Amino acid sequence: MIKFFLMVNKQGQTRLSRYYEHVEINKRAMLEAEVIKNCLSRSKDQCSFIEYKDFKLVYRQYAALFVVVGINETENEMAVYELIHNFVEVLDKYFSRVIMFNLDRVHIILDEMVLNGCIVETNRSRILAPLFVLDKVVES
Amino acid sequence: MSDVVERTLSVLPGLLGQHEPGAGPGGAGGPARASATSRLGSLIRSITALTSKHEEEKLIQQELTSLKATVSAPTTTLRLMKECMVRLIYCEMLGYESSFGYIHAIKLAQQGNLLEKRVGYLAVSLFLHENHELLLLLVNTVVKDLQSTNLVEVCMALTIVSQIFPREMIPAVLPLIEDKLQHSKEIIRRKAVQALYKFYLIAPNQVQHIHDKFRKALCDRDAGVMAASLHIYLQMIKENSSGYKDLTGSFVTILKQVVGGKLPIDFNYHSVPAPWLQIQLLRILGLLGKNDPRTSELMYDVLDESLRRAEINHNITYAILFECVQTIYTIHPKSELLEKAAKCIGKFVLSPKINLKYLGLKALTYVIQQDPNLALQHQMTIIECLDHPDPIIKRETLELLYRITNGQNVVVIVQKMLDYLKESKEEYAIINLVGKIAELAEKYAPDDEWFIQTMNAVFSVGGDVVHPDIPNNFLRLLAEGFDDGKGDDQLRIYAVQSYLALLEEEDALYPQKLLQVMSWVLGEYSSLITDVDPEVILTKLHSLLKKTCVTSETKAWIMAAVTKIASRTSCSKTVDKLIQEFSNSLETYMRQYVFELKHLCENKVLMKKFLPFDASCNDMVVDASLSFLDGFVAEGLGRGAAPYKPHHQRQEEKLSQEKALNFEPYGLSFASSVSSSGITGRQSPTVLSFGSDTSGNSAETGHKETNTLKLEGVRKLWGKEGYLPKKENKVGKENEPQTVACGSLLAGQVGDPPALRSEQVAILSEEDKEKQQLASTLFIGLGSNAGVSLMGKADTSTQKFKRKSKINETQNIEEASDFQNAAASDFGPLLDTVPINMEDCEGNLHTRLRKASLCSSDIVEDNLAFETPQALKKSGLDQRLSDSRLSQSSLFADSNIEIFQPPPSAQCESASKTPLVPSLPEELKELTHSEVVELCQNDALALYLCKVWTDDSLLLTVFVSNKTISALSAVNLVFEEAEHFQILESPSYQFPVIEARSVEHCQKCVWMDKICTQGVLSGSLNFQSEMETHLEFSVTLSLLDFIRPMEMTTEDFGNLWLSLSNDVKQNIKMSSSQDSLSAALNTLQQKLKLHIVDIIGNEGILACQLLPSVPCLLHCRTHSGMLALWFRSPCSALPDGLLYQCQKVMEES
Repeated sequence: MIKFFLMVNKQGQTRLSRYYEHVEINKRAMLEAEVIKNCLSRSKDQCSFIEYKDFKLVYRQYAALFVVVGINETENEMAVYELIHNFVEVLDKYFSRVIMFNLDRVHIILDEMVLNGCIVETNRSRILAPLFVLDKVVES
Repeated sequence: MSDVVERTLSVLPGLLGQHEPGAGPGGAGGPARASATSRLGSLIRSITALTSKHEEEKLIQQELTSLKATVSAPTTTLRLMKECMVRLIYCEMLGYESSFGYIHAIKLAQQGNLLEKRVGYLAVSLFLHENHELLLLLVNTVVKDLQSTNLVEVCMALTIVSQIFPREMIPAVLPLIEDKLQHSKEIIRRKAVQALYKFYLIAPNQVQHIHDKFRKALCDRDAGVMAASLHIYLQMIKENSSGYKDLTGSFVTILKQVVGGKLPIDFNYHSVPAPWLQIQLLRILGLLGKNDPRTSELMYDVLDESLRRAEINHNITYAILFECVQTIYTIHPKSELLEKAAKCIGKFVLSPKINLKYLGLKALTYVIQQDPNLALQHQMTIIECLDHPDPIIKRETLELLYRITNGQNVVVIVQKMLDYLKESKEEYAIINLVGKIAELAEKYAPDDEWFIQTMNAVFSVGGDVVHPDIPNNFLRLLAEGFDDGKGDDQLRIYAVQSYLALLEEEDALYPQKLLQVMSWVLGEYSSLITDVDPEVILTKLHSLLKKTCVTSETKAWIMAAVTKIASRTSCSKTVDKLIQEFSNSLETYMRQYVFELKHLCENKVLMKKFLPFDASCNDMVVDASLSFLDGFVAEGLGRGAAPYKPHHQRQEEKLSQEKALNFEPYGLSFASSVSSSGITGRQSPTVLSFGSDTSGNSAETGHKETNTLKLEGVRKLWGKEGYLPKKENKVGKENEPQTVACGSLLAGQVGDPPALRSEQVAILSEEDKEKQQLASTLFIGLGSNAGVSLMGKADTSTQKFKRKSKINETQNIEEASDFQNAAASDFGPLLDTVPINMEDCEGNLHTRLRKASLCSSDIVEDNLAFETPQALKKSGLDQRLSDSRLSQSSLFADSNIEIFQPPPSAQCESASKTPLVPSLPEELKELTHSEVVELCQNDALALYLCKVWTDDSLLLTVFVSNKTISALSAVNLVFEEAEHFQILESPSYQFPVIEARSVEHCQKCVWMDKICTQGVLSGSLNFQSEMETHLEFSVTLSLLDFIRPMEMTTEDFGNLWLSLSNDVKQNIKMSSSQDSLSAALNTLQQKLKLHIVDIIGNEGILACQLLPSVPCLLHCRTHSGMLALWFRSPCSALPDGLLYQCQKVMEES
């Protein structure tokens, strides 16, 4: 099960966070800071899975942006590692340039892919379908 | 819906127009949407530019203030509102609460148009948690949107429902969502299945009736809908795999089709067909095929094909292969497949790709228990990984090694673990690894020296984060020795020597836990070493005491050690110096220890008696009722001190005092009440609990005696001439500081009427029994300090250190806590402190000590608590009913109640003439239930209670009977919030009207929230007659009220057992009536409602659950008249509670 999904930049600024288990708002910032510290401390030739407290972090770095997913022991690390890439590919397909000013749309995309900590959709065209419809309505 | 959407490139440019990073605040003439978005953009940009957290906070606060003004302005358009919401989401994401916006998010979801609505829903799902009260306001919107003709709105509603929805409102939307399962669009059907999955997670009972529809979804013509249903199936199969074996064929077929590339091409990810779907299916197959050769047979082919197909070199195929390997090793084995899987693991482990190596190690760790040879094959790789620069790889390797440790390799593996620990900083990793080292050391230690050294390393590296069980187990092991008993002293000598060596180093800083262990060992066993002068050891301990880094808890341990050593030396300069030095200490506790030590030193004979050598394992009897203080109390009362009242009684009085007018008659004048209520209140712990056990009629024993000071059954430890050792066969734990301190202080004060002594002897045996029970209650939590070894390990019999079985292990190694308790209770020259102490004990003992009061409601409580164990039998309904009826009638016979002194509140004035006796409604009579008992009453109303033990909760049925000749309206029943219990739904109930001379009832489901052996749920009844009237009551609920049998197979038991971590072990003596295992287990089954899973030879396994669903497993073994109980549960308090109950029923039967 996926516990949280984070996008954090190298400076430790959170760009997106979605928790699938309730975490108090004041504990989130601390958790995120710890998580990014853990990721930053690792070099390229170290593995992308970190054991952190009683769960695991799976992370991938895209330029200055880290995507970090917290999972419990029932999840397959490599499958989550590729899920991150799938997510990034979907974003890439939808947005052409900067994504950080479109917090709402990124969330909408993520909600199509992961619900309640489960991977529910990985088919790119199906992930984007509802968003395209919304955009079309706004456009017209 | 994908077919509706035409993803034309013409849409994209318009969409992307807003991503101009250059657009500053105001948007410079761009379209409204762009300018709105760029406001978020400018916020983000200005925050990114900031350098300090302080500046960020200032800026965000500013932003929040302006947002607050905007969202609450009536002129704000929905479009602007949407934009504000996104900014609020951003602020919350950075950790700044913006709760003022929550209600606006809900409004936006309600009023907005498509994208605005979507953002409203999004904000709700991000802002609110499952139990947030505002969520209820969303339900209406969701219902409306579900019925909308616009599919986009339906989609949004389904999405929010599957993210967050109040459980109690499920019925409002369930039929609508069920309808959607037949919808023509796949996306709607898919999202409906996802919503039902959510419902299954939060309220499985509510979707039980639609299991057929899940099957239909599984067979849906669209792959997406089918995939969505797999989440539900995975969950259901996890909970009960046997119920879904018939679906194995379907899952296999689906996997075959997916692997064979039969899905539409857009399900591919990097040309691998639906990889996550494959993984999901493989997991399901693993669960279904586990320990089931026939089902496993069905899937061999498809697993083989999966292995074969996944040969493209891409991460995602590795993920599939990993899952495949795990499934192959989980199901019934087939050698051909195992071979292929092993090869696959080999490829992983040897891979230069680090992520793959990790995956390989993880797989190896998983399969190594089935096939240790695999470790041999890869031993070189494993060795390499041990020195890998990546600590994560190292840690995973250690995990693997931990699983293959045996007597031969333990030294090396533990060394590797210790090396890792020295580099590791992360607390969680340290705790975890230290526990494993301690476990391995205890199990496989090759020799004593190594064991002691390793444990020293554990304590010094682990520092103060080590689990408290580790030092406790270690000390226990030293104290109890081993089966053969030969090496015991050798090991202790090693330990003493190693600690003396450690203390040689002047400047070394040791963790507190290590210092405590050292002190205890030195105190107990330093005299085993003959070549070291005790004076030297005392000097070292003395210098430790002076260090500032030593905590007060550790000082208690050190002082205990000093006292023990002092008892074995004739006279010591160091001790004298120490006494002098700390007599003026600013720390009260130090002064107290020194004071005790001084008094003991003055009477060496007494001191030796208290602190005999190597007696830490001997039985002790604790006079927890503090009966030796009775004379002192009597004296205090005689001087006019206020009598002790239990806490709840004080509370009741306080409440009743708050009434404006007092309509109750005044109580008796003080002089006479000293001897009645006063003494009873004080002496009751001894008298009443004693009485209820001997005669089963606590009311009688308790209240006949109220006019005299009752001292029989009270053992005199202290008399006018001081300590009375001759009458005492067991003085309790000899080195028990509590007794010591009381002695030195109270010796001169407590009177001892000699006439009563003859009675003492006769009652002693009953008294002992009572006290043992008390002792087991007192020390119950400490029994949990037992072993940590895994039951699942095949070679437990080869353990190096096996503990000796002890007759009664209800002892407390941690003397420090005794010290601390003693600190509170010892020095009570004023009577006032006694009640306080009593209250403390009351908290600790939960039950026994509070079984006393004159108030009728308390008697009811006692009755409830008392009859519960008997009444809870799973079978034999009739017998149970007659049992409980018996106890009720004897407790509530009219004659008893009439002996009562009228208590101040006069609540039970007319207890004997109850006009209306309620009975349970028909539908509840079928269920196991207690007798209906009276809680309280006054002139107008009487309140009765009946406990009904349903499968999923404790149903409290409260009857209110109207004794008057006019109807009462608006009678309001309210349960107070209790620490330990949770009342499902609302804690109150209003009876609209209760007709004259009739009975109404209501029901409340209760769960135990926080575990306790017994707790009180109190409440009140309010109603209007001529004037407002208020009636209070309380109900005692026992842990057993919430325990239900848990049916499972032996395999399930084994698996669950391994996954649980909280251990409690205890040996209890079996009485002659239940000398066989099955007799003992039957007792447990009947009285505690445990389910007997299996009995093999002299071992039995049982399972039960605490409502709603906390399992607790029990493993029993008989040997030489003892029953070894071993509990495991995910909840740490549950085994302790159950252990207590087990002891109780075993003693009773």
